[in-house]
Amino acid sequence: MSLEAIGALREPVRRAVYEYVVARAEPVSRNEVAEATAIGRTLAAFHLEKLAEAGLLETAYAPRSGGPGAGRPAKLYRRSAAEHAVTLPPRDYRLLADVLASAVERSGVEPAVHAAARELGAKLAGGEVFARLGTLGYEPFVDADQTIRLRNCPFHALAEAYPALVCGLNLALLDGLVGDRGWDVRLDPGPTGCCVVMRSKNNHD
Amino acid sequence: MADHHLAQLNIARLRAPIDSPELADFVAQLPEINGLAERSPGYVWRLQDESGDATALRPFGPDIIVNLTVWQSVEALRGFVYRTAHLEPMRRRREWFVPLDRPHLVLWWIPAGVLPTITEAAERLELLTAGPSPEAFTFREPYPSPGARAA
Repeated sequence: MSLEAIGALREPVRRAVYEYVVARAEPVSRNEVAEATAIGRTLAAFHLEKLAEAGLLETAYAPRSGGPGAGRPAKLYRRSAAEHAVTLPPRDYRLLADVLASAVERSGVEPAVHAAARELGAKLAGGEVFARLGTLGYEPFVDADQTIRLRNCPFHALAEAYPALVCGLNLALLDGLVGDRGWDVRLDPGPTGCCVVMRSKNNHD
Repeated sequence: MADHHLAQLNIARLRAPIDSPELADFVAQLPEINGLAERSPGYVWRLQDESGDATALRPFGPDIIVNLTVWQSVEALRGFVYRTAHLEPMRRRREWFVPLDRPHLVLWWIPAGVLPTITEAAERLELLTAGPSPEAFTFREPYPSPGARAA
């Protein structure tokens, strides 16, 4: 239940633990969390387990390293794929988006969607691109190739249901957001995360 | 080895003749995208003639092109369609194709080692108009393979 899940984040230390885990690309161990948030290992484990119980994190075991007697495999935590949303009064924008997406596919007006997304993207622009992407929930990071990649897709469920439409829309939106500031914005989907990547044309200036 | 494979048919109505300037970008990408499919995990087979693709085959109408492929699983096909460079031409599909007023993609399970025919594919697409079922379905409502269902 989303309300309980979100309620689990009220405790400030637990929230700090959650924010540390979800900001990491790889699953993290109790020890890493304890060190990063400057709390004891027992307390870190307590909060991690509470977050897992609430459905906010999911757990896995690291493959054993070393030979026999290397000890128990470490329990690792990462963000759960489950989405939690609470809107009061009740609203259902997801259902609305589903209907609209379905209508777009039937009528073939994707070019109009791209144009509208580009305009809205321009309105969302403001300040430095990397920081702006973070504010908008894309969880940007820079890879070894100096390309900005986006760990989170803000439209995930819709993108799963209508990939060509939603990824194309998102590409146009972000293209509008960076505007004429010398960015090469394109689709480069990986196994997870947002399909859009961007690279500054002035990287090596 | 799984004893069933996934067959996939999709059809698209061309906005202009395949050799026209409007379709040039699409045609130019075909060898690369077909090669990408063949190198993708779980790829089994695709319909093609001596030209190396299926764009000359028009069993659904003079302006409707077909794509008939076989994959090891829904996940393998989904991975290729939506999580590779194939997504870019998908995004641009309205530049080249007009929407159809009926289903344009159908998935179904076939015994491994048997290749689907266009006639069978057309029947599966027709079945889908009555709604998804284990005999004819889509990515949105996939059905497990008969082997997995029996297990």
